[in-house]
Amino acid sequence: MLLPYFQAIESGVIGETIRNSTWLFPFVEAFHLVALAVIGGAVLLVDFRLLGLGLKRQPVAELAHDAQPWLIGSLLFMIASGVPLFMSEAIKCYYSFAFWTKMTALALAIIFTFTVRRRVTRADAARFSPAALRTVGAISILLWSTVGWGGRWIGFS
Amino acid sequence: MSLHNLMQWMADTEWSVGLHESRYAYSIIESIHVWTLCLFVGFAVLLDLRLLGVTLRRVPVSQIATRLLPWTKAAFVVMVISGVLLFYAIPLRTYHNVFFRAKAVFLLLAGLNAWLFHSGPTYRRLAEWDVAARTPRAARLAGAFSLALWAAIVFSGRMIAYNWFDCESPQKSAFMDTIAGCDRSTETSDASSLLSGH
Repeated sequence: MLLPYFQAIESGVIGETIRNSTWLFPFVEAFHLVALAVIGGAVLLVDFRLLGLGLKRQPVAELAHDAQPWLIGSLLFMIASGVPLFMSEAIKCYYSFAFWTKMTALALAIIFTFTVRRRVTRADAARFSPAALRTVGAISILLWSTVGWGGRWIGFS
Repeated sequence: MSLHNLMQWMADTEWSVGLHESRYAYSIIESIHVWTLCLFVGFAVLLDLRLLGVTLRRVPVSQIATRLLPWTKAAFVVMVISGVLLFYAIPLRTYHNVFFRAKAVFLLLAGLNAWLFHSGPTYRRLAEWDVAARTPRAARLAGAFSLALWAAIVFSGRMIAYNWFDCESPQKSAFMDTIAGCDRSTETSDASSLLSGH
């Protein structure tokens, strides 16, 4: 059903340009990976805190507030660099289990981060139980890790 | 015994061949390397950004050093172990890879930068600027160097996968051959096909 769209994307001008270049794919990919480190730090800082690890003396809300611009900035960079990578090999992605796993996890991670996790990290410290905070932190780490692993495994197929 | 011969010997060991030819082990080790990168470089970047005074400005630098650095150090151990295994799976090709060599130099510089900062006079006076949003110049310099070096390390690490300048690839330039330590005079086509990595 979606295959014709993926074929059209792959034969588009951006996909074609990247495929015809020796350097473009590796360069965009490498920047994608540098941004992964930043988003990893921004996500894990807050999730560790929710789990009761790391910067325990700082309020969750303060850490989440400080991490927010880095989370959003690196996420936008990840998407901006990831889309052209996808465009250059859309048909391979269509048949890749890792790709669909990553996209599903990414959608869930974004929804979870900007709804449940956002509410929990912005609430007053006493509003939610430590167990609830730990659950939110664990789900967030699980979802974002699936995105990362899925992404790495697209390349192994 | 030259390093080249040592790598050749390593590449012929049973475990190296096993890792290289394994269906899942190499991919799993590399995935662990990448996941741990998020933790290790991610937290290192946070400390650097704090040293630059651009984020976590209300968090004392000493808090980051005592509560985040242990995770960074643990993650670094995982990075090194998984990285060594990845090298061990393809030793000879990686040893001659220009991006691997660049990464090794950047790693040394990052280590030197961290060591100089942590043993320097500014860090010893940490109590004086621990809670300051605007950090001393030396701290900002160390943070900026560290950020640039880790970005370069991640970047060159990813590029090790590409064989443009490999000794088995057609020669690009004598300069690149020098950096890669290629000796094209003694290689036969049979040997080169044996040596080539992924």
